[in-house]
Amino acid sequence: MASITLDKLAHSYLSNPKTDADFALKEIDYEWQDGGAYALLGPSGCGKTTLLNIISGLLVPSKGQIKFNGQDVTHLQPEERNIAQVFQFPVIYDTMTVRQNLAFPLINRRVPKDEISKRVNEMIKVLDLSDKADRKARGLTADEKQKISLGRGLVRYDVNAILFDEPLTVIDPHMKWQLRTKLKEIHRQLGHTMIYVTHDQTEALTFADKVVVMYEGEVVQIGTPEELFDKPAHTFVGYFIGSPGMNVLPCRIAGSTASVGNTTIELAHAYNVSGAKTELGIRPEFVYLSAGKNGIPVRIDGVENIGRFKIVRANLEGHAINAVLREGEAVPADPAVKFETKRINVYENSHLVRAGG
Amino acid sequence: MDKPYNNRAWFLVIPVFLLVAISAIIPIMTVVNYSVQDTFGNNQFFWAGTEWFEDVLRSERFWDALGRNLMFSAIILIIEIPLGIAIALTMPKKGIWVPVCLVLMALPLLIPWNVVGTIWQIFGRSDIGLLGYTLDNLGMDYNYASDVFDAWATIILMDVWHWTSLVVLLCYAGLVSIPEAYYQAAKIDGASKWAVFRFIQLPKMRGVLIIAFLLRFMDSFMIYTEPFVLTGGGPGNSTTFMSIDLVKQAVGQFDLGPAAAMSLVYQLMVLTVCYVFFTVMSNVGVDKVDGRVED
Repeated sequence: MASITLDKLAHSYLSNPKTDADFALKEIDYEWQDGGAYALLGPSGCGKTTLLNIISGLLVPSKGQIKFNGQDVTHLQPEERNIAQVFQFPVIYDTMTVRQNLAFPLINRRVPKDEISKRVNEMIKVLDLSDKADRKARGLTADEKQKISLGRGLVRYDVNAILFDEPLTVIDPHMKWQLRTKLKEIHRQLGHTMIYVTHDQTEALTFADKVVVMYEGEVVQIGTPEELFDKPAHTFVGYFIGSPGMNVLPCRIAGSTASVGNTTIELAHAYNVSGAKTELGIRPEFVYLSAGKNGIPVRIDGVENIGRFKIVRANLEGHAINAVLREGEAVPADPAVKFETKRINVYENSHLVRAGG
Repeated sequence: MDKPYNNRAWFLVIPVFLLVAISAIIPIMTVVNYSVQDTFGNNQFFWAGTEWFEDVLRSERFWDALGRNLMFSAIILIIEIPLGIAIALTMPKKGIWVPVCLVLMALPLLIPWNVVGTIWQIFGRSDIGLLGYTLDNLGMDYNYASDVFDAWATIILMDVWHWTSLVVLLCYAGLVSIPEAYYQAAKIDGASKWAVFRFIQLPKMRGVLIIAFLLRFMDSFMIYTEPFVLTGGGPGNSTTFMSIDLVKQAVGQFDLGPAAAMSLVYQLMVLTVCYVFFTVMSNVGVDKVDGRVED
């Protein structure tokens, strides 16, 4: 088990990168604590798999260093780094039984025989595979295979970290939840550092203590699920997390008032912005829809009913804005919106501006 | 609901029926006809029963030819399958050399059988052929027309040259379909190169290897053109495979009865192999999913 330090790490797939855009992974500086559960969240092609492969050693970064427990491992091979990785598609050795699969990494490392069988038996118990231990692994279901891939990493007691590369992609929906619970349970039981790559916000937010949100090769925010929800550091985070995502409205800001088109909105604090490209961010959960003159008049384009609540797609001075209506609330005839002032975030060039700053 | 009866539909079957009759049923029945009759010329035939079949199955000539066939198939399989796997493993997986390698590999497969035979016939001649000339000048007494070992060696070499590519291409297809994650996982598990081959590559190639094995077995079992062109079955009878023997009997000696009986036995064997081939093929890749417990 180890802490993982990324020291000015960056990677480009080109041999001679020049501009920022050439980097698949832009410079990142961070330390992952020993025993933490982290998620790397971002859309396809944002560099999260690149980062994961750098940590696992399948890729050597073009710049910077990666350290396990303070020790530089940048140029070490995957097998020398002592990490485990679970891939998108279950990787199992077809011709072997479940037991042999789990023993394989230990045999390769020349662990004594009785030690192997002790650890394998233990692992079979942890993974709930007792009744299938002596079956050929190829006949198992996808989630069982994924458990075996995980188990092959866990049998090595001393793994520095376990990396997951979208491990639930091929799992049936009703099994996803079970497997995720199992992962959490194993994390609590064994306390490994776990890094989980996904593009599914639900998976990331339920699995991790800290979520690293990536966008176009850049880490845009690292924070707890609450922080990501309340104070998205980048409009992308606001948009990507939450369903529906945060409303982002272009506006002009002067002191503590913002104006969207001809509408003025009061803010909780005064903001000092240079005025390059300023935007307001407000989560649909804090946009209240009411009837009459009591608010900013909007036009309603559509209503989506998704069971426990409705999403109202409205239009404010030409900008799309979503609001959430609780169950039982009716859509008013002459609608107007009000924002919860404390929940309004201000963005300059897509980055969050702190109050008074 | 009443079933509508309309016999005119039969007219639609007639073209296919005619085609199959002319291409398959009539020729085969002619052979069957010959195999149970005897003739003394004049187009007069007498019933012979199973006499020819008994003759064929008792004749040493038949068993010798069958033995040669099986030996030939065994030797080329033992050489071509491992060699094909080895070459496929060394081929590049991506880059500009992939198409180059693939085309080079496919070239021998595109050459017609009799041309292959002719090429090697000339290649092996000691007066004008590069191979024969070189070997002779190296002091080896190489002559495929008079030496049994040389004749076999040449035919086997020719077949390996002609058909290893097929095994290579099939294995290559199997290899490139293995997802990168397997190799990465093996690396993380600390697997050696041999372990990667034994536990990932070989199991993943299992399907294509079965296909390669059966295709090469069937094809080599029916070999005719190349040895016919190269050695004509000689020296002596040493490279007279079943098909060559059959043609000798039917066309050379005009022994229609025994030839027909032999060809039926031969066909039965090929059919059996085809059946096995088909059965195995349709089971390849079908993973038995057992123990799918929904809980």
